[in-house]
Amino acid sequence: MIPERKPEIAHRTVIEASKLNLTFQTGDGPVHALKDVDLKVEKGDFVSFIGPSGCGKTTFLRVMADLEQPTSGAILVNGVLPEVARKNRAYGYVFQAAGLYPWRTIGGNIRLPLEIMGYDRAAQAKKVAEVLELVDLAGFEKKYPWQLSGGMQQRASIARALAFEAQILLMDEPFGALDEIVRDHLNEQLLALWARTQKTICFVTHSIPEAVYLSTRIVVMSPRPGRITDVIESTLPRERPLGIRDSPEFLAIAHRVRDGLRAGHAYD
Amino acid sequence: MKNILPVLTVILALLVVWYASAFQLNKQWALDMAARQDRTMTTPQLIADTWAQDKPKLPAPHQIVVELWNTVALKKVTSKRSLVYHAWVTLSATLAGFGLGTVLGISLAVGIVYSRVMDRSVMPWVIASQTIPILAIAPMIIVVLNAVGVSGLLPKALISMYLSFFPIVVGMVKGLRSPSRMELDQMRTWNASGAQEFARLRLPASMPYLFASLKIAMAASLVGAIVGELPTGAVAGLGARLLAGSYYGQTIQIWSALFMAAAVAAAAVGLIGLIQRATLKRMGLDR
Repeated sequence: MIPERKPEIAHRTVIEASKLNLTFQTGDGPVHALKDVDLKVEKGDFVSFIGPSGCGKTTFLRVMADLEQPTSGAILVNGVLPEVARKNRAYGYVFQAAGLYPWRTIGGNIRLPLEIMGYDRAAQAKKVAEVLELVDLAGFEKKYPWQLSGGMQQRASIARALAFEAQILLMDEPFGALDEIVRDHLNEQLLALWARTQKTICFVTHSIPEAVYLSTRIVVMSPRPGRITDVIESTLPRERPLGIRDSPEFLAIAHRVRDGLRAGHAYD
Repeated sequence: MKNILPVLTVILALLVVWYASAFQLNKQWALDMAARQDRTMTTPQLIADTWAQDKPKLPAPHQIVVELWNTVALKKVTSKRSLVYHAWVTLSATLAGFGLGTVLGISLAVGIVYSRVMDRSVMPWVIASQTIPILAIAPMIIVVLNAVGVSGLLPKALISMYLSFFPIVVGMVKGLRSPSRMELDQMRTWNASGAQEFARLRLPASMPYLFASLKIAMAASLVGAIVGELPTGAVAGLGARLLAGSYYGQTIQIWSALFMAAAVAAAAVGLIGLIQRATLKRMGLDR
C-alpha cells in the first residue's frame, strides 16, 4: 500500500517566487541573503542556480524546501505554500553530502523515507529496486555506504530522493565534493534520469560547464545582496552527448554566464 | 606470542617491585620481633619472614593468591567466608544500581535534548551532583532510607545509581545531539514526526556514545556499591570485607578483596564490550 497523497493539481508553474526577500540577523548586522527575487520554474524544467558563495542560491533552494522562512515576498511550490508542499512530500531534496546513515544498508537508506511515509513492505521493496535500477546501482542494496565510492554514495542519495515519487527534485551542489571525472559521468546519468522521469529539477552549482551542460535554464546570481542578475534560456537540444561541450553554441552560453557573473561583481 | 611477551615483562617487573617493597615495608616488624626475642636473623631468614607474615604492612603477591584460592575455591559459595559470596552481594547491588542509573541517565538525556527548560535547569544539577564527595553523602542515604524502613540491597543500589547515571547523561546528550544539521533537515524534508526522528536518527546515532558511557558507568557502579557498604557496618559484600580487614589489620584479606573487586569490574566491563561489539556489528558500524 502506498500512502495517499493529495492529488496534485496539474500546475504548469512548479515554482513561483515574487519579490522574495530573506534577511538573516547576525552579530555583524543584517545579511541580505535574498533580495527581490522573482522567478518562475515550469514543469519539466531543469533549472541551474549558479553564483559565487554567498549569492543566496542555496538559501533560495532551502526556501523552496521550507527549510528557511522568507522575510517578505511570496513563493508557491506546486501552487501552494512551501510548508504545504513539504508536508505533501512534493519534492525530494539532495544535499551536498550524500548523508547516508552508516548503520543502514543502501537499500535501508532508500527505504528510510518510505518507512517514514508509511509505505508497506511490499511497496518499499518494489520502490527500492526500481530507483536502484534508475541510478545504476542494482545489486548494491545490501552493501553499507562505506563500501561504496563517493560517486556511488551520491547516486544512492539521489535514488533516495526519487523513491517516494516527488515530482520536484531539489539538488544542492550534489556533485560538489566529487572529482571531475566522476562528476562528468554523473552529469550524463542525471540528464538520462531526467529524460526518463520527466521531473522538474532545481540544481545549485558553482561550476559553469556543469550548469550549461545540464540546464534548460540557467539562473545567474550575485552576492551582497543575494539577487538574480540574469536568466539564460539554453538553446542546446535536450539530447546532449558529453561532446556537446566543445560546440560553439555551448561555449556561447558559457560565455554569457561568465558575463552575467562579472556584471554582478561576482569576481570582486 | 608477540603480544604475550611485553605483557609478561610488565607483570614480571611489577612482581619484582612488589616483592622488593614488601621486604622493605615489613622488614622493621621482623627485626623488632627478633630483637624482642633476642634472636639474630640471617638475611635469607629475614627475607623469608617479610614475605610470610600474618599481618604484613604489604602482603606478598603469593600470600594474596593463597588467600584468594582459600576463599574462592575452597569455600562453598554460600558460606559467609567465601569471597564469591561477598562478591555476589556487591555485584547484585552494582547491577541494580547500574540498571537504575542507565534508565535515569537515558531519561534525563532525552529530556535535556528535547526540552530547552530541562537543558537549562537540569544539566547544572547533574554536574553539581558529582562534585559532592560520595563518601560524605553515602552514610546519609543509608541512614535516611533505613529510617523509612528501606534497607538491604536498595540503598546500596541507589548510591551506585548516583555515581553511574552521570556518565550516561553526558554521553547520551552528546550522542543524541550528534546528528548533523543536514541530517535533521533531511528528516524535515520527509516530514518526519519527532518520534520517527528519534527512533530512526537520534537513537541509532547515539549508540557508540552510549556504550562508551556504559563502560564508565559500570565501573562507577561497583565503586558506588563498595562505598555503600563501608559506612554502614554491612556484614556482607566486598566493602564489608575491606572494612573488617582494616579493623583487624588483616591486610591480606583487604588485598584479596581488592583483587576480587578488580576482577569483577573487569568482567562486567568486558561483558559490556562484548555486547557493544555484537550490537555495532549488527548495525554495520563495526568495520
